[in-house]
Amino acid sequence: MCSYNVPAVEVTALEKSYGANRVLAGVDLRVAPGTLFALLGPNGAGKTTMVRILATLTEPDGGRATVAGFDVVRERHRVRRAISLTGQYAAVDELQTGAENLRMMGRLSGLGRADARKRAAELLERFDLVDAADRRVGTYSGGMRRRLDLAASLVGQPSVIFLDEPTTGLDVRSRQAMWDVVSDLVRGGVTVFLTTQYLEEADQLAGRIAVLDHGRLVADGTAARLKEQVGGQRLDLTLADPAAYDAVAAHLGDRLLLRDPARRTLGVATDGSAAHVRALLDEIDPGRRAVDRFALHAATMDDVFLALTGTPAHEKETANV
Amino acid sequence: MSSALVMIDRSVRLSRRNLDALLTALMLPIMLMLLFVYLFGGAIETGTKYVTYVVPGVIMLCAAFGASTTAVSVSQDVAGGIVDRFRSMDVGGVAFLTGHVVASVVRNLASTLLVLGIALIIGFRPAAGPLEWLAVAAVLLLFVFAVSWLSAAVGLLVRSAEAAGGFTFFVMFLPYPSSAFVPIDTMPGWIHGFAEHQPATPVIETLRGLMLGTDLGTAPWLALAWSGGILLVSVAAAGALFRRRTAA
Repeated sequence: MCSYNVPAVEVTALEKSYGANRVLAGVDLRVAPGTLFALLGPNGAGKTTMVRILATLTEPDGGRATVAGFDVVRERHRVRRAISLTGQYAAVDELQTGAENLRMMGRLSGLGRADARKRAAELLERFDLVDAADRRVGTYSGGMRRRLDLAASLVGQPSVIFLDEPTTGLDVRSRQAMWDVVSDLVRGGVTVFLTTQYLEEADQLAGRIAVLDHGRLVADGTAARLKEQVGGQRLDLTLADPAAYDAVAAHLGDRLLLRDPARRTLGVATDGSAAHVRALLDEIDPGRRAVDRFALHAATMDDVFLALTGTPAHEKETANV
Repeated sequence: MSSALVMIDRSVRLSRRNLDALLTALMLPIMLMLLFVYLFGGAIETGTKYVTYVVPGVIMLCAAFGASTTAVSVSQDVAGGIVDRFRSMDVGGVAFLTGHVVASVVRNLASTLLVLGIALIIGFRPAAGPLEWLAVAAVLLLFVFAVSWLSAAVGLLVRSAEAAGGFTFFVMFLPYPSSAFVPIDTMPGWIHGFAEHQPATPVIETLRGLMLGTDLGTAPWLALAWSGGILLVSVAAAGALFRRRTAA
């Protein structure tokens, strides 16, 4: 099942609509086994729908998807034996203890009582939950709950793991702990397919990142490649006065990567070459009075995101709360 | 099959640990019984001792109310992520809903025995022999199964636990316009049609007839028809609703 020439995930022309809303509008992608793949996108981009289709929970309207070599519609039962899903909300019972939850998941994935008990003990140890094993999950912190949730998804030893926004709502420390766990999983040879709205998360964890926006992939590659794709550099322009700021902001419109009215600064993508910077300055400021100063920065993942999707990542994070 | 057993184990454990719901399901029928017997009972003329008249009705109400709380637990599970995880592990709707329904039957068994015990303490003197008690158990069991499946379907239909809670109220009040607490012929004429032909009445009349040894008439057949009908429709509806609700 873990054959190395079969892609862990292969998606061709995948489509899904809810009423008039085209959530996935023809997506193609391939994830190699044993790698970590991040699907990055704003809220409502179709990330969760994608994961639900790949995890056999929802049927696509068109196109084809295989996971671990099996078709997600026709061979859904075989897909289910190869995968696990960890959704945005912890899928564990608050009224059961951590150990009880894991034993239940073990028995549901076909282990006998004794094996389920053994597997639960192993996972509690690995996820640093031994002390909390016999406490009800209702008393757990957010980070512990996510760890238990992830542990529960590993009971059946899946070869492809889907994580739908695994760190949304976690504090910085719990997020770091989750990242460590996810990196360990990949080192252990499984494939991780995660969705996130955090650029930093995709940048830190994933060998490959695809950006989904309005149901289409707008970029696909390594973090470095994506940064190159939008120019690799950001030119920050400090404007002479508020009127110039407004005029240049209006002129650049969707091409803006940064707006900072307090500092009268606007950012725009460039490859950093003298020719391109000169051309940009001529285009923006033909009268040579509007721009006071400029500076070049290496583009961040935020810039990439903004350039590709037209919306700042941070607005989406707050909108999601 | 084995995943259904794990699901039953889960739902029974969750029921046992949900103390608030458990206490409500146990206390409410007992409070109602005491209320009717000691506060209202003196003013109600039924031709027998009031406690004798009212206990079958209270048992039926207890079963209906207890079973209806299934709607709340099902809707909570569906609103959280756990049903998605179960489905991604190839645990389907049948196993999941069976867990909830069997837990409901177990809960109701406990609360019915408790109500019956207290009824005996406060002067309920049934005339039923072993065969009649067996029949009482069968009628109640079928009724509880039917209402539990109906509740499971409602739990899949509604979008919030609050709405599911509203359904338990509806079920709790359904026995009032029936022969549960007062004879129907003392009610205003316009309600007779409903009170005589609603599903609670034949179930209560059957329980009363079996426990007190009075004439059963057609009540048992009507009770079986109602319970069986509700059961069949609800199982089919729950299956369809589970697919519709979870596969989106």
